[in-house]
Amino acid sequence: MFRRHLLSLAMGTALALGLSGAAQAHDEFIVVQSTTSTQNSGLFDHILPMFQNETGIEVRVVAVGTGQAIKNAANGDGDVLFVHAKPAEEKFVAEGHGVSRADVMYNDFVIVGPPSDPAGVAGMSDVVAALTRISEAEAPFASRGDDSGTNKAELRLWTEAGIDAQAASGGWYRETGSGMGATLNTGTAMGAYIMTDRATWIAYGNKGDYQIAVEGDPKMFNQYGIILVNPERHTSVKAEAGQAFIDWVLSDEGQAAIAGYTVDGQQLFFPNAGG
Amino acid sequence: MFSFGDIMTEALGLILTWDRDLSEIVLLSLRVTLTAVAVACLIGLPLGAVIGAFRFPGRGAATVLLNALMGLPPVVVGLFVYLMLSNAGPLGVLGLLYTPTAMIIAQTILVTPIVAALTKQVVEDLHGEYAEQFASFGLTARERVSALLWDARYSLLTVALAGFGRAVAEVGAVLIVGGNINHVTRVMTTTIALETSKGNLELALALGVLLLALAVIVNALVMALRASAVRAAYA
Repeated sequence: MFRRHLLSLAMGTALALGLSGAAQAHDEFIVVQSTTSTQNSGLFDHILPMFQNETGIEVRVVAVGTGQAIKNAANGDGDVLFVHAKPAEEKFVAEGHGVSRADVMYNDFVIVGPPSDPAGVAGMSDVVAALTRISEAEAPFASRGDDSGTNKAELRLWTEAGIDAQAASGGWYRETGSGMGATLNTGTAMGAYIMTDRATWIAYGNKGDYQIAVEGDPKMFNQYGIILVNPERHTSVKAEAGQAFIDWVLSDEGQAAIAGYTVDGQQLFFPNAGG
Repeated sequence: MFSFGDIMTEALGLILTWDRDLSEIVLLSLRVTLTAVAVACLIGLPLGAVIGAFRFPGRGAATVLLNALMGLPPVVVGLFVYLMLSNAGPLGVLGLLYTPTAMIIAQTILVTPIVAALTKQVVEDLHGEYAEQFASFGLTARERVSALLWDARYSLLTVALAGFGRAVAEVGAVLIVGGNINHVTRVMTTTIALETSKGNLELALALGVLLLALAVIVNALVMALRASAVRAAYA
């Protein structure tokens, strides 16, 4: 009873507000929960118009950290999940929130650092050794600290190096609790090393005199996956339109569109669907 | 190094090369915030007037609560509205999450306590002067509230502007419930946050200058309106 009152109250308010949500309902759209790296690098601005031209389906992207994207999708607030943290994605599917997971594309993580290079890691390609050196030198290292895909990958690497970086949190290890861009802004201003995905770094506009210090370790592989949110679990999911988007992203055409996106002549993402 | 000259040039460039995307963002900012302030006034003005004009048990507590709610962090309001409108929440069936309507709801929650608390203060002060007259005329409660609100209307404009300032500047709530979706829920503050995170600091600050200019225009319009109304009243 109370619930019904609340509902009619809310509906009344919504109507009174002139409701743009419903006004646009005739245009078909899907909501994709994705990450800041795909959005900030400009990839979506490049590929989504192509998909919309072809199918008439509008794609609305909510770009947050992978951890938050997965939680939003688990609440049913999205039709498609497009993120980069394979173990967490597989868990999402295993728990029944997603239908199935497919590889879409990859790039890699890099560690950027100041030209003074206080830990002497510039030019290294062994990431575990580099992290060990940073911790021994107690050189400032800015971590996302936000449960994002990049943050999860970074924490895995510290574990592999056998270093409890979080014990030094507040000292040389600094958790910003923010997105990639905000962490780059903060980290570069404090002269810290920062691990970032290469796409965000290339597209980032406030590099200052920072350069890539560590790159090329296979351990810094960064895989992106795509998942349809389970329509049996969440009835609001637009399964057909969502699947159409996934099929397109995984098709030759979608994969070519991803490969064709460059910034300053550099390819940011490398398609590997079906691989 | 940043120079403020560069930033002003960038801001000027934004205005000169004004494009559709920018119009969209500016208009949505205005639409969301002005609607939220209007709804907040519909609720907050009578509520504040009633608390300001009458004595009743719990009045002190209501005042303290309203004043405290003025300090609501936008992020908390955003989270609350998200949990309500999420498909996993009680109002998920409405499908309002990630729409401008969700942003209006969040900002209304944010602004209503400000409007109500400030209205209460204005009306209370005015009521002190009017109380005896009201008693001698034998006005009903409803008549008292409308008389007070009408006579305080110029001060209440400033109250509404305080609410506008709070709403147009906040980013935490609209980011969570709107999702900063391009062409759908992207407003000026979320664009500033996005450009900052892309490292485009000059552009972000230039947008900030534009937002400030917008606030100046709205305030100037309201003041002009007020001045002409006052002139008409005393002509």
